[in-house]
Amino acid sequence: MMTTVVSLVVALLLLALALWTVVARDAFLAIAGFVAYGMLLSLVWVRLYGIDVALTEAAIGGGLTGALLLGAVARLRGTEAAAWSERSGIGLRTAAKLLSLGVTAVLMICVLALPEPAPTLAPLVADNMAATGVGNPITGVLLAFRSLDTMLEAIVLVIAVIGVWSLAPDDCWGGRPGQLHHADPDGVLAYLARLLPPIGIIFGIYLFWAGADHPGGKFQSATILAAMWMLVQMAGLADTPATANRWLRAGVVSGPLVFVAVGLLGLWTAGHFLGYPADWAKPMIIVVEVALLPTLVLVLALLMNGAPARSDRR
Amino acid sequence: MSGLLDLLTIAAVGAGAFFYLAGTVGLLRFPDSYTRLHALTKADNLGLALLVLGLLFQVDGVLAGLKLVLVWLLVVLSGAAVSQLIARSARRREPRR
Repeated sequence: MMTTVVSLVVALLLLALALWTVVARDAFLAIAGFVAYGMLLSLVWVRLYGIDVALTEAAIGGGLTGALLLGAVARLRGTEAAAWSERSGIGLRTAAKLLSLGVTAVLMICVLALPEPAPTLAPLVADNMAATGVGNPITGVLLAFRSLDTMLEAIVLVIAVIGVWSLAPDDCWGGRPGQLHHADPDGVLAYLARLLPPIGIIFGIYLFWAGADHPGGKFQSATILAAMWMLVQMAGLADTPATANRWLRAGVVSGPLVFVAVGLLGLWTAGHFLGYPADWAKPMIIVVEVALLPTLVLVLALLMNGAPARSDRR
Repeated sequence: MSGLLDLLTIAAVGAGAFFYLAGTVGLLRFPDSYTRLHALTKADNLGLALLVLGLLFQVDGVLAGLKLVLVWLLVVLSGAAVSQLIARSARRREPRR
């Protein structure tokens, strides 16, 4: 009874926040709503026993995406008034409203029409978990049963970084993104940026290692590690990396390259792409995870840093 | 014995919830950024401290208790740092008197 009431209240709050995010006229307020929505959604995932999803939602859905959107708003602030002044005609707005209402209605019908019980591969995964050598079924699915998806995901992230970099003006290509931050060297931010990273790095690595058998994994871990790096940058203790740096570029592509190499090795040892030879699944999964972690940290931080804006050449 | 511990938990968590409520009311009703920050950090520090204290009566193991205390310390650290930063940026926007 009590838990039903709590679930209902959370569901209503979620709907209200979603509505707020859509209708808020000020972009900053909409993003504040979006971040709160992400945090609340991760609570919902905890209640549904999806701890892995909850961690990812809090770290990437609410945290990282919220921070990216805040950066976008800061850039767009100058043009926001102009965008509001050229509102489109009543006909176009009505059509847009009808279209989104229609999509919502179709989605609702689809959800209600889902077969009961839902088709699931969960028993199949549970039966074959032992072959992977890992204890957390999510990790098993991500890196053994559906490793092709994870590999493509990692490649997409690298392409996203290239996309962001390609927005650089010609004379800044290969330079450093963002402004050099100047914070009071004796101030609170610099203090926090010295105190927190050791704790954050240990926790990030713990979360990464725990991912084999418990909730956690490289994505959540990479978000925390990237956040520690961002904190040091924001406090002015370190500059953003020069995007021409060969080591940086090698780090960005190394994870997907190792993943592809392991996949090709599978062709030779197990007879198909991304297959793991029997008894070697766990070591191979660890190799891929360890190779992907630095790439993910770099990619997330570089996406936050944005396009190169300062030339390194003097 | 466990009944007594349960009572202590209920008392501490209830007091913590009260601080959260008071902090939220303050956040909504206080007139400027500084007093609102004051209300908010009270909720974070004391409210969470009481929640953690209440949960400490229920843990079975030193490690789990230490984890709870660590959560509190980290939230206090980030709350203190962020409220200082917000207050500073609010002060910078203020007209000079």
